[in-house]
Amino acid sequence: MTLKDLNPGQEGTVISIGQKGPMKRRIMDMGVTPGIKVKVIKVAPLGDPIEINIRGYELSLRKAEAENIVVEL
Amino acid sequence: MNYTIALAGNPNSGKTTLFNELTGSRQHVGNWPGVTVDKKEGIYKKNRNVNIMDLPGTYSLSPYSEEEVIARNYIVNDRPDVVINIVDGTNIERNLYLTLQILETGIPTVIAINMMDEVEASGNKIDFNELSNLLGVQVLPIVARSGKGLDELMRAAVSVAEIKISPKILNVFDVNINSAVNSISEILEDEYMADSSSSVGTAAAQLQWKAIKVVENDQLVIDSLSGSQKIAVENIVKEAEKYADGDTEAKIADSRYRFISELVKGSVKKAKTGYVETKSDKLDKVLTNRVLALPIFAVIMYVLFACTFSENFLFIEGLASPGVWLAGVVEAAWGAVAEVIDGLVAGASPWVYSLVMDGIVEGIGAILGFIPLVLVLYILISILEDCGYMARIAFVMDRIFRKFGLSGRSFIPLLMGFGCGVPAVMATRTLDTEKDRRITTIITAFMPCGAKLPIFAMFVSIFFVNGNKTLITYSLYMLSIVVAIAVSLILNKLVYKSAASNFVMELPRYRVPTLKSVLIHGWEKVKGFAIKAGTVIFISTIIIWGLSNFNADSFNGVNAASNEDGSNMAEMDESFLASFGNVIAPVFKPLGFGEWRPAVGVVTGWIAKEMVVVTFAQLYDDDVSPEYLEEYFSQYDPEELEELGFEGGVYDEEAAFDIYSEAVLFEGADENALHSMKTDIKTDMAAYSYMVFNLLCMPCFAAVGAIKRELKTWRLTGGAVGIQMLTAYIVSFVIYTIGSILA
Repeated sequence: MTLKDLNPGQEGTVISIGQKGPMKRRIMDMGVTPGIKVKVIKVAPLGDPIEINIRGYELSLRKAEAENIVVEL
Repeated sequence: MNYTIALAGNPNSGKTTLFNELTGSRQHVGNWPGVTVDKKEGIYKKNRNVNIMDLPGTYSLSPYSEEEVIARNYIVNDRPDVVINIVDGTNIERNLYLTLQILETGIPTVIAINMMDEVEASGNKIDFNELSNLLGVQVLPIVARSGKGLDELMRAAVSVAEIKISPKILNVFDVNINSAVNSISEILEDEYMADSSSSVGTAAAQLQWKAIKVVENDQLVIDSLSGSQKIAVENIVKEAEKYADGDTEAKIADSRYRFISELVKGSVKKAKTGYVETKSDKLDKVLTNRVLALPIFAVIMYVLFACTFSENFLFIEGLASPGVWLAGVVEAAWGAVAEVIDGLVAGASPWVYSLVMDGIVEGIGAILGFIPLVLVLYILISILEDCGYMARIAFVMDRIFRKFGLSGRSFIPLLMGFGCGVPAVMATRTLDTEKDRRITTIITAFMPCGAKLPIFAMFVSIFFVNGNKTLITYSLYMLSIVVAIAVSLILNKLVYKSAASNFVMELPRYRVPTLKSVLIHGWEKVKGFAIKAGTVIFISTIIIWGLSNFNADSFNGVNAASNEDGSNMAEMDESFLASFGNVIAPVFKPLGFGEWRPAVGVVTGWIAKEMVVVTFAQLYDDDVSPEYLEEYFSQYDPEELEELGFEGGVYDEEAAFDIYSEAVLFEGADENALHSMKTDIKTDMAAYSYMVFNLLCMPCFAAVGAIKRELKTWRLTGGAVGIQMLTAYIVSFVIYTIGSILA
């Protein structure tokens, strides 16, 4: 399952983050690394992007980006 | 001994607050051509030998976005004596990620944990001794907002600068990466030592940093290697990659965060573990609520404009908004100054009198009254920026912007463009992809910056006397956004077909902006304007006055012979400026304003957009000449004159202008008002078209300079300006043509 599949309020643990490249690096720079807990806070009014809480702060990313992040409940 | 201290940290960690506290009023902050906005320099107010450099906020020193490259190049190439790394104590894990990378550069570092008041309020405890031990550098608590802990911080920074000790190398990476780093260091060493003039210790640290970057596959560093080095390191990098499951970059990022997790475990005691809902989160539930978010945004924008322009503030008939009220005060004050100046030059020769009164006083006065509007708007935008709402706007708008190939983050420079185009264009640097940066740079110029505001204010008050002034101005703002989006869509379709944008953005905590920071923003704007008025506008004013009052016959006696008073000044429509304007005017014929004076206004607008208003005030000054006013008021009997505001019902030349503008002009009472302006710009549609053209065409030269800095080449800059001109022409033409048919 991926981060995109989590509903607001659900929490998961990151397993892996997509394909090698600038996008992956950017996401990891922001603290999304394997083993870390993420909680989905909300979905934007127009359905995308989503807001997650990670390492104690709020980060937003698009569903297309969340789709690359494999998580487990 | 002089020291340079660089402030580095994550965006929103409070660097600029710290910078302002440390430098006080000595800062050379400014967004003016020549002054770089990317790095701000100042002098420590308590020790003038200490230079302080404010670097752009960045999450990492990887070369993925422009501001990261700026911060990193400064730290690595310019090597400040000390880096003060500001860490947001409420978000310590992610902030320490940059810290580790700064320590890798080997520059002496002191860490300041900021926002300690909020940390304490949350009940978390940070063990500073333990953190210092683990990181090998001093770690100190501060509250930048209130100035707490800053003296101790600066003492520590200066003492570190004196002894110049590089931070120890931390054991962040695993065996495989470490051995790759060591092998690469050895390869780079020979050539490196030969051309490095710095001391041995520094060179070693630099070498280590470079080697890590090579292992990380950092393109900028790899490109700087010599051909033989590139070949030599290639196998080592490949080998390391095998151990890192094919992605060393990810492995390194992961190692750094693992190190931090251990670090934080040993030194930070959290009051609560897991997710804690803060006040900020509760507020956010409302502001980015599924149903309410867009209506709230629309209301906030409307309030922003109402505070600035509304003459019926809060829907109360006749109540001036703060902006309008302040504008009235400034205009009255300038009127008094103008009277004093008039008295001083009254006896001077006709051309001196004309230069001072028609040129300088009229010109400066024309824009002075609009500054309060700009000031109020700028302060409100800076409040939006400071409180954290800007990021939410981007979050809410992303879905829409994506349709046009941009990210919601592009909305932030666009909104800043409502204030001033120069910092707005620079803000495009924070965008992640080159496509986003380029397109946003081009479309930011369409935004109605504070300097375009006087144009709208003047036109609306002259041509749309009975219309809803706020609504007409609002329509221009909306138009700018629509055009920006449309142009972005077209560029996306035609130029950048494939490249995707992304939206990975921090949503900072809401904070109440400090009065101080808001006042600093406001003061900077006023100061920036005063400099602009005193230099560019002042000089241009004199040049325009000269070109509009003289022609070739001024210098051969022809004018002097024909003028009654013997002066050699020319009639304005025979002046140099008229000849020039007449050449370019036909171009604007299809847009509804193909006359020389409006054409000249467009050109002077490129010097600074306020110049459009200045130019109009100078070129149409006959429309409100004393002779005209006397003739106009002669139709009234004493009783009516008293009603209009003349004391005792007696016509008074001194008061005539003010009464005319307030009681007659803005009320639309004089059908012949501004007759020559209205012969040039005949219809409301032509006036609207003129505003639209000035809104969308090439921005002022200062902004073009900023665009050049972002786009790098003159070819791209020329392309951007070309797109802006073409867009302005097409949109004005369409609006004028369709509007005229409908009317």
